[in-house]
Amino acid sequence: MALLDKKSKEALTDPLMANNPISLQVLGICSALAVTVQLNTAVVMTLAVVSVLSISNTVISILRTMIPGKVRIIVQLSVIASLVILTDQVLQAFMYDISKQLSVFVALIITNCIVMGRAEAFAMQNSPGKSFLDGLGNGLGYGGILISVAFFRELLGNGSIYGYQVIPNSLYEMGYQNMGLMVLSPGAFIILGLIVWLHRIASGIKED
Amino acid sequence: MEHYISILTKAIFIENILLAYFLGMCSFLAISKKVDTSIGLGFAVIFVLSITAPTNWIIHNFLLKEGALVWLNSDYGIDGNNTIDLSFLNSIIFIAVIAAMVQLVEMTLDRFSPTLYISLGIFLPLIAVNCAILGGSMFLVEREYNLIESTVYGFGSGIGFFLAIASMAAIRHRIRYSNVPAELRGVGITMLLTGLVSMAFMAFSGIDL
Repeated sequence: MALLDKKSKEALTDPLMANNPISLQVLGICSALAVTVQLNTAVVMTLAVVSVLSISNTVISILRTMIPGKVRIIVQLSVIASLVILTDQVLQAFMYDISKQLSVFVALIITNCIVMGRAEAFAMQNSPGKSFLDGLGNGLGYGGILISVAFFRELLGNGSIYGYQVIPNSLYEMGYQNMGLMVLSPGAFIILGLIVWLHRIASGIKED
Repeated sequence: MEHYISILTKAIFIENILLAYFLGMCSFLAISKKVDTSIGLGFAVIFVLSITAPTNWIIHNFLLKEGALVWLNSDYGIDGNNTIDLSFLNSIIFIAVIAAMVQLVEMTLDRFSPTLYISLGIFLPLIAVNCAILGGSMFLVEREYNLIESTVYGFGSGIGFFLAIASMAAIRHRIRYSNVPAELRGVGITMLLTGLVSMAFMAFSGIDL
């Protein structure tokens, strides 16, 4: 890609696989799992996080020379909180049903460790353009995990993908049953655990 | 009375804030490596949740809720016919209240109970950005609890978090001597174990008081 120089490209693509915020840095799981029963809520949640993360990274990076070191956390928090409120209002205005299903979890993006973590670790030291890409990359890396957990939970728990039934009725007649466990919270923990395992095998990272 | 006991058991076991709603996972994963620190964090969460839940209830009901400002007289243009709905500010105000309360608790403890301050000390600042605390406040608004219900709910959620993190730390302590596949060590196995603990807590879901 000639559009981006090597370092900017790294800021965008690194968090997607090699340094994924959820499975490798273990940040931001709080608000992630509760919305993964169905794919459509997970997709909307991903969009919300990607927009909050990329805009907050850009804004904080623009402000970085003006923010006094001692009060930087509270400044970051107020930027993030205002963006989250904005996102929440947009969702309530245009996607009311989904925003009802997401209930308090959109508001909880405020305390999502990824948003604060990227603001503190990346946006405070880098230019707005790079910070935007870093926010985008981390948001998408987070969303990738969220959507894959939701994919398995919806497929195994409801036999559907994005609301469309994919498991044929004939299979149900032969005695196939949906896995009730996947709809409940233990399913999310187990699926995420397995995804983390696979990801670590693939990237060869070990922890003791 | 039974009503409050029912809210309490529901918050502790059935709708455990960590195992059923996944709130507070970040600190849960990071801290549950050691039993002592987990217990310290657990107590700090109980403490802060029981204080912030009623405080945020009061702020929501007397300042932010639709029509909550009617106690201002009509000089301000606010009365029965003319209400203001500030509830979109809930999240930003709650997080500010939580941060302020945590600071206040820290200062009070430092002054009156230095031993408790030293044992909880490092965890208190961490708690300000713990999702469980903000989540607790958001849930009590969504479920329209009253003041006493909110306090009971906050306390119960705190106990629930404490139980989850303390039991997890104990399990992780035991598992240190087990032969876990290298790539599964750390987060992976912790997530799988949390799934099992969460399944065990699901067994309480039939209880209805």
